[in-house]
Amino acid sequence: MKGRFAAFLPLGFIASMCIIFSFWLPLGVYDDDVVFWKQFPAAFITMLVGLLGLAVAPYPIVRLVALLIAAAALIPLPTAELQMGLSASGFWLALIGVALFAWTVMADFAAMRRNRWRDILIPLLFGLLLVYLWQAIVVGFAVPAVLLPTPTAIAAAIGNGAATLADDFRQTFLKAVLAGFFLGNLIGFATALLADRIPFVQRGLLPLGNFASAVPIIGIAPIMVMWFGFGWESKTAVIVFMIFFPMLVNALAGLNAADRISLDLMRSYGASYGQTLLKLRLPMALPFLFNALKINSTLALIGAIVAEFFGSPTAGMGFRISVEAARMSLDMVWATIAVAAVAGSAFYGILALLERAFTFWHPSYRAQN
Amino acid sequence: MTTDVMGAVFSPRGRTLPVVTVVAAILVLWYLLAIALNWSQVEAKLSAGGTPPAVSDVVAGTWAMDRPVLPAPHQVIAEFWKTTVEVSPSSKRSLVYHAWITASATMLGFAFGVILGMLLAAGIVHVRTLDRSLMPWIIASQTVPILAIAPMIIVILGSIGMVGLVPKAIISMYLCFFPVTIGMVKGLRSPDPLQIDLMRTYSATAWQVFWKLRMPASVPFLFASMKVAIAISLVGTIVGELPTGASGGIGARLLTGSYYGQTIQIWSALLMAAILGSVLVYAMGGIERLTLRRMGSRA
Repeated sequence: MKGRFAAFLPLGFIASMCIIFSFWLPLGVYDDDVVFWKQFPAAFITMLVGLLGLAVAPYPIVRLVALLIAAAALIPLPTAELQMGLSASGFWLALIGVALFAWTVMADFAAMRRNRWRDILIPLLFGLLLVYLWQAIVVGFAVPAVLLPTPTAIAAAIGNGAATLADDFRQTFLKAVLAGFFLGNLIGFATALLADRIPFVQRGLLPLGNFASAVPIIGIAPIMVMWFGFGWESKTAVIVFMIFFPMLVNALAGLNAADRISLDLMRSYGASYGQTLLKLRLPMALPFLFNALKINSTLALIGAIVAEFFGSPTAGMGFRISVEAARMSLDMVWATIAVAAVAGSAFYGILALLERAFTFWHPSYRAQN
Repeated sequence: MTTDVMGAVFSPRGRTLPVVTVVAAILVLWYLLAIALNWSQVEAKLSAGGTPPAVSDVVAGTWAMDRPVLPAPHQVIAEFWKTTVEVSPSSKRSLVYHAWITASATMLGFAFGVILGMLLAAGIVHVRTLDRSLMPWIIASQTVPILAIAPMIIVILGSIGMVGLVPKAIISMYLCFFPVTIGMVKGLRSPDPLQIDLMRTYSATAWQVFWKLRMPASVPFLFASMKVAIAISLVGTIVGELPTGASGGIGARLLTGSYYGQTIQIWSALLMAAILGSVLVYAMGGIERLTLRRMGSRA
């Protein structure tokens, strides 16, 4: 019932009205002259085409293309000479209209049956909309670049500083993060195996592991920098400490995940400890281990970057962020953040793919198909 | 009574004895490490007179240095005692003063984060487009090292005149809305279809279903998330305090300690952070138990 009512709620109508009304409103001030859409005939025609498509096209795909056309119509409007801000009421009204249309297009796709394409397309559209609004607002209100650079400026910084960013990436990610991630997980897992054999140690370590999750371990960063110097080794040490306990706790839980009946079966086969571990308990522990690996991938990147604030050689993502922030060149800071975000997401994504490849038999995956 | 306590401590299935043993092992290791790491400095200092020092003198020396590589536990405790009990809490040299600054920013950010997380969760549960478009980004936001840009956000907000608690709280908010949103979405969707159908037969509005069914059902999930959220909120605040320099907080204390090589100060600040973190999480656990009991939970 509710959904049906929402279909009559004329969001598309409101969006159309926003854009149509904007045709009579000013787009900004140019040399003390108020300018309107008629000074931008090409943009005006593009917008009309987009609006027409959005208003009448029945197919979501066509409406998506029309949305992109309408959005593109607004892009060439802000130029250096045009003063916008609050005087550009027409521009903002049209922008609101485009954003509302974007929402209706997303809603159209969301109402359709789920498939892999739409599951990617809808969030992608949402992300594009946010970047688009970010660009429009920063340009339109002339927000100073020291506060918030535009997405295009950040993209330009990525292009210009590619060599520097690659060096930083090598220093922080390929050296510190990977080494720390490998070492920390290994130590955590080995400790779990040991604790699993000695129940006394296990009962002592588990409460400590839970306690450690409440403690901001990242605070040891300055100490590690003092001990291991400014190089990547100190960052690796911070990461090892940060990710040790999540791995330990999850691995212990995983090693206890094999159920009684399966264990008894292994026993009835006369399987040794090693055989039971390799053939039953480790496979059963895999979902828990991957859970820890995914948590730790995020922690490792954070640990390395924050540790670099306390001292680093003249390369590294944390170093770049603090230096460029001090020089107020925020486009480079955001470029570094973008690299870190992509690296972090890719790291996580690879682990998620590996998880899918190794634990396809687990009920949590089987349930999806 | 006493036998109960003794039984609890020494029973083979109890946890107290193993935990005490592990903690004791860590302390012994710590003292040994302190000897190993501080040895060369102390030895060099003591043999300045020409005669090689006695081993016992060097060992004693490694546990009593001014700026050790690794301070011995009792030095950290002594410094902690000195800066919490012996100094008035309003003094800038008091750890209690710094802990209070950090704790207030943590709790403010936690409050912001919980409100934001709950609003997002309510939106995601009720609006399908939000569910499909926003949810993947919320999950992706976890893989972005937001903490890494915390100091920069502080600088930016400072340049537009926002100083004090709020910038730090904004970082904590960014970190802790995530577990709250994920937990709340799960919780708001936890009522089973039978209960939802029952509400429909009462012709309850979406508003009534939300407040009378979904909201109470989500409370256990909410508390589980909030315990995670308050711990990361503290981490966010401490990292957010790193660039603010003199203005106080545990993070500022860590940074000045690292600038001047005051290792004992760093370790006592870390001890304070650990205590603060566990107090916040255990307090949240206490509130959880009280609330669930008031709501009639058997757990």
